[in-house]
Amino acid sequence: MRLPLLLSAALSLLAPALAGGAHAQDGIADLIELSGRLSTEARLYPGSPVHPGQRSHASGFAAEATAYIEDDDGTSFTFTPFYRYDAGDPDRTHADVRDAYLLMYGDLGDDEWELRLGVDRVFWGVVESRPLVDIVNQTDLVEHPNEKTKLGQPMVHVTWSGDWGALELFGLTGHRTRTFPGRHGRLRPAPLIDHDRTSYESSAEEWHVDLAGRFSGSFGPLDVGLSVFDGTSREPTMLPTVVGSTIVPPPFVLAPYYERIRQYGVDAQITTGQWLLKLEAIHRAGAQNRRYEEEDYAAFITGVEYTINQVWESDADLSLIAEWAHDERGEWATNAFESDVLLAARLGLNDEYDTQFTVSSLESLEYSSRAISAEFKHRLSDSWSLHVEGLAYAEIDEKDVMYDVRRDSFIEVNLDYSF
Amino acid sequence: MRIALPHPALALSAVLLAALAWTFEPSAGHAQSAEEEGLRIATEARERQKGYGNFTASLNMILRNKRGQESKRELRLKVIEVDDDGDRTMFVFDRPRDVKGTAFLVHAHKNDPDDQWLYLPALKRVKRISASKQSGSFMGSEFSYEDMGAVEVEKYTHRYLRDEPCGEFECAVLERIPLSEDSGYSRQVVWLDRGELRSMQIEFFDRREAHLKTMVIEGYQQFLDRFWRAGTVTMTNHLTGKSTVLSWSDYEFGTDLDLSDFTKTALKRAR
Repeated sequence: MRLPLLLSAALSLLAPALAGGAHAQDGIADLIELSGRLSTEARLYPGSPVHPGQRSHASGFAAEATAYIEDDDGTSFTFTPFYRYDAGDPDRTHADVRDAYLLMYGDLGDDEWELRLGVDRVFWGVVESRPLVDIVNQTDLVEHPNEKTKLGQPMVHVTWSGDWGALELFGLTGHRTRTFPGRHGRLRPAPLIDHDRTSYESSAEEWHVDLAGRFSGSFGPLDVGLSVFDGTSREPTMLPTVVGSTIVPPPFVLAPYYERIRQYGVDAQITTGQWLLKLEAIHRAGAQNRRYEEEDYAAFITGVEYTINQVWESDADLSLIAEWAHDERGEWATNAFESDVLLAARLGLNDEYDTQFTVSSLESLEYSSRAISAEFKHRLSDSWSLHVEGLAYAEIDEKDVMYDVRRDSFIEVNLDYSF
Repeated sequence: MRIALPHPALALSAVLLAALAWTFEPSAGHAQSAEEEGLRIATEARERQKGYGNFTASLNMILRNKRGQESKRELRLKVIEVDDDGDRTMFVFDRPRDVKGTAFLVHAHKNDPDDQWLYLPALKRVKRISASKQSGSFMGSEFSYEDMGAVEVEKYTHRYLRDEPCGEFECAVLERIPLSEDSGYSRQVVWLDRGELRSMQIEFFDRREAHLKTMVIEGYQQFLDRFWRAGTVTMTNHLTGKSTVLSWSDYEFGTDLDLSDFTKTALKRAR
């Protein structure tokens, strides 16, 4: 495995800096800051499974801890391992190194440079529906179907920033493959996904060096980011592959295939009074559509968020969110956001427990499909918090990409201990 | 009855004389309107706070509800002065544990709404948030976002009310009315000690003119032989019976912070 190597390389870089520091006489353990979260999860799928072998629950725990060490110059090393155990689906039981990076920064005239070297996570974007522009990290899809959890990605990340904004360059290698639920898991396509048959367009396979760049800046009420990515796609094309020939009809599996793509992206938000106006748009070349044809395409998600402060003469604030997602490929889009509308309301009580309720509905304009979700967050004490979420696939069209998960509505309860 | 009208020329000179007498009146109390006097004191108080450069400090808050139950908040902050603009502040939260590592960056402006960004460590996401939330509670405490920022003179109209004793000091009492429609207050009444012009007490009135909260500031310490900083600030909400005690510690002035430590890039590595 490559990570221990990277880790020891990073530590050996940091060691001389630490040894020369004023705290050299302290034990190394005293210099490490530890924090993290342990989370127990119970997820129940009330609907009967569609595919053979699927279970009706997913329960277990997740642990994520961060160790942080910094020397006198501000050079630091961050290490965040993650582990999830799931009693229902062995493929959801997994470990990952979320972060293992060395961070240095310094002055560059009136500007500043920053270097991050190692495994890190980078987020780009502004909308709530789904991450569209965000592309540096692979999606840890088994965590949650909302695609918001990411796997750690090895990279060299250089930033030059000043009053004018920030320019970032990324060199990325060691491509991570997307995680998918296994045979016993829910929220998966009907055919099984065979990770052993993963293939790449690049002859260097996962060691292709992907390049990315981003300019971002704030100009009064406008925050904008312009990005480009050239390399191996994070989104695989699922190639149906026949396995065995004696059985009729022959069974087939899905083999993830990662193309080389180029993506241009823009993410922008205008913050004015109670209104947030949001836009994410991409143009991607080199990827295959749902018909397994290479098709260049553009997609965007745009919307507004309106917040009423001290609603109903209480301390609470209510945010109303409306977003429209559109993908030029229409019915040949590879995800469920070919043409969809998200409507959501989020009520934050602003109390000492940080209580928050969110309800949302995602409706397809192309198909008669609709998903509804409700979420509740509440802090119980300094260290304990509760998170309850329900996701219902109210109606899924036969032609929709999501048809295979039509009976995978779930309710989930998480009890978290943070330290 | 017959009213004797004065000669027009005589009447004019009387008005002129009165105007001159008013202009050259030696006692300052009568020389200025209450508004001018209020603005003068508020500006002077603000001027005395200027020139500190930058500082870092720790904050800890104890939130108490009506039944006396307590919860704790801990955060650290860094502040830098900006020429001809509002201060820039970076907050990093340590407690409660579920928000540990969350950071909050404010670029305050004198005449425009502030720019604010929030960093969420779980997703490594930086979110620009609206400054219209200024009347909302800061971390569930009795302090609102607008109570946490430096008071810029330009954001209020001022009126001098009176002088009166306040504890061991003699205080000037000012009324200030926020100009922003997003403010949660119709007005504030501030007690400033005459000697050093430090805020000793502030009463907050809500939009319905009810006396909502009282802030009492104690334990002032002087830094760099010039700048007074609060030790504890107690905010009591008279409508709910809740209170928050905010304690400042670990003040450090003249650190090596510069403006590049208050950018979105710096927000992502805030500790």
